[in-house]
Amino acid sequence: MSPADPADTFRQEAQDLLIQLEDVLLDLEATPSDAELIATAFRALHTLKGSGAMFGFQDLADFAHVVENTFDCLRKTGAAPSHDLIATSLGAKDFMRQLVLDPCAANPETGRAVLAELQRLDPGAGPPPMALAEAAPDAPADALATYEIAFALPADCLLRGTNPLLLLDELRDLGDCEIVAETDAVPGIEALDPETSVLRWRARLTTAQPRDAIDDVFMFVIDDMDLEVRRVAPPAAQPARPAQPPAAPARLRPAAQPVQSPTGPGGIRVSAERIDSLMDRVGELVIAQSRLRQIAQASPDQTLRTIAEEIERLAAELRASTMGIRMIPIGQLFGRFRRVVHDLARDLGKSVQLVTSGEETELDKTVIESLNDPMLHLIRNAIDHGFEDGDARTAAGKPAAGVLTLSARHAGAQVLITIADDGRGMDRARIRAKAVEAGLLPETGEIPDSELFAVIFAPGFSTASAVTAVSGRGVGMDVVKRTIDSLRGFIEVTSAEGAGSKVTLRLPLTLAIIDGLLVRVGTGRYVIPLSTVEECVELGDAGASPSAARSFLNIRDDLVPFLRLRELFGATAPPDPYQKVVIVAAGDRRVGLVVDQIVGDHQTVIKSLSRLHADVPTFSGATILGDGTVALILDVVNLIAAGRALEQRLKAS
Amino acid sequence: MTDAPHEVLILELQGEIFAIDAQRVREILDVVPITVVPGARPFVDGLINVRGKVVPLADLRLKFGMPTPPPTIDTRIIVVETVVDGEGSAVGLLADRVREVTELAAASISETPRIGLRWRSEFIAGIGKRGTDFIILLDLEQILASASDSRTASQPVG
Repeated sequence: MSPADPADTFRQEAQDLLIQLEDVLLDLEATPSDAELIATAFRALHTLKGSGAMFGFQDLADFAHVVENTFDCLRKTGAAPSHDLIATSLGAKDFMRQLVLDPCAANPETGRAVLAELQRLDPGAGPPPMALAEAAPDAPADALATYEIAFALPADCLLRGTNPLLLLDELRDLGDCEIVAETDAVPGIEALDPETSVLRWRARLTTAQPRDAIDDVFMFVIDDMDLEVRRVAPPAAQPARPAQPPAAPARLRPAAQPVQSPTGPGGIRVSAERIDSLMDRVGELVIAQSRLRQIAQASPDQTLRTIAEEIERLAAELRASTMGIRMIPIGQLFGRFRRVVHDLARDLGKSVQLVTSGEETELDKTVIESLNDPMLHLIRNAIDHGFEDGDARTAAGKPAAGVLTLSARHAGAQVLITIADDGRGMDRARIRAKAVEAGLLPETGEIPDSELFAVIFAPGFSTASAVTAVSGRGVGMDVVKRTIDSLRGFIEVTSAEGAGSKVTLRLPLTLAIIDGLLVRVGTGRYVIPLSTVEECVELGDAGASPSAARSFLNIRDDLVPFLRLRELFGATAPPDPYQKVVIVAAGDRRVGLVVDQIVGDHQTVIKSLSRLHADVPTFSGATILGDGTVALILDVVNLIAAGRALEQRLKAS
Repeated sequence: MTDAPHEVLILELQGEIFAIDAQRVREILDVVPITVVPGARPFVDGLINVRGKVVPLADLRLKFGMPTPPPTIDTRIIVVETVVDGEGSAVGLLADRVREVTELAAASISETPRIGLRWRSEFIAGIGKRGTDFIILLDLEQILASASDSRTASQPVG
């Protein structure tokens, strides 16, 4: 494995910082005078500048420097940034993102325009930002403070490319500074390892800079180094000039509470591929373990059974923690939309307030990544078509600002994500009319909302301009549906005329392993995702006649159509005398699947089918059973669609 | 064709001798339990477990219009790496018998003749000569690509 490119590492870090910056800027929009937010923005910019310069992203560093100055100024003056300044800073953030991703593609003109705008809006309105930096050291004398600093760099800092001399220079740049090296720990020449840092330094610094500036000097080593900073009484009148450093202070070992480090939680970055390959191994372990369980159960050997159980428990725990690694909070995704909502609402001249909840809800990384586009579509639709104009809202007695709610929560092995607006709601009559026109729905008869709203996801339906203009939903909704289907999720839409619409996405927690119900049809064994299974019943008399005339079951006074999987799969082995029906559901649609035998639950490691089987819609994947054979996983969404087609045929006849 | 000698795996399908590029072959297995995929095209209606991976199984005999008797003691599954619809994947090929790996000199591999063949020429990468035998070198990408579109009718070659 080749060592990671440091520039790549920087790019990732920079992107995180830019995301943080964007969040903060958007927060500032709501509370412009929050000093904490301004300080956070400043810190992010400062780090961008520092590490940008270090990794050779000079353009970025220079650019960030100017923006940083603006925020530094805000921070010092306590002024609240104007909306224009925030908007411009967002633009600056976009430009910096470009500088991070592809410096060559960034148009310097854009950058200059942003900077000019920034200067125009500069809260300091004083010297141009560039000059501000020069001016900093000459800050008013009353802000001077003297610090005694004792520090030792991490022993391996030289190996990691830190140059202590540069750090010392940086420290000197902060103000009047005197640095003494302590050489006590330096061993004899024969024992000296030139690549290990053994020196300690003591410095006395008189500076106008805040205490943080000292930490900033050591930004990249601060986690591992000893650093002790003490503020001492400023020397009278004349600059600090101690003849000798005071008697060596008590040896400065890392104090019980080391210098508070500005880093976040102690995380490491691991590439997604490594986690994927770990997941693969765990998947294989789960398969091997279920084989072991089968053998152990058939064996009279008590020890073997005990060990098999132990391994089963360990495998399950390992599986859970591995999946945990892949989980990331959905807040990251929600965060991305704040900007979209902000910009879109501004472009459309609507006032939209974004409310999010359940940001801490965790989901598989792959799922979250795939959710970006569909959610973007839904949010765009809600803002573009869902919300009325300000006047119309006032006329309807609603607050002028629309509320767009993004929320996420766990429900069993699923995650529910809702995108709700308090706009005008969907126009049922228009959707119905369009659907009838397109031949998607019958002209007469009562149609439940779930079916009515399902048509907006039909391909082609979305482009019907009259519907999109009047009732909203439409553009690219079939894409939304397809993505959610591919994630084995479901979409539910509810809407109340005049009160808004709500789209709920029901998604599995993970794509890698599911709990499945193993069934047998003929000689073949199949897995039904357990999350879709509602109940299992005996087929009884309803199935006695093989004619399709009565392909309905009465489940607590509800007629549920059923599909005979034997027929669907062309099973030739004689049927079992007592057929079972597994009732599966997607949203509020149910269908019964008639099987020969229900075998039991099965931890299913999902393997995708190859392109050679892309034309088989009945199955969403395959898995390997305990005995090493392959079993197919049923695609419940498609089976339900098949069930509905059957139902309609029967109703029509 | 390059000038380097061509390593091929010789296999038999219903008594006919074919060759496939040996570089592609990942492993050769005895017949393992095969899971039927209902609704798939008959040519690729099976799945097998190859060391924890689910691999589709193709029966080339159906592509060549041959009868498909049940497996015998000689039947093998050849797992090859290939590209299907732009996606690299492993595919199992059912063979009535696997003979050997041999080298075909580049000179002995000629372009597919347009006529005089019982098999569809687009499935054939070339014809090699070994001693007095002619060996047909299969073009797996073509065979499997056309498998992904069952509507591909046999077109006149021109």
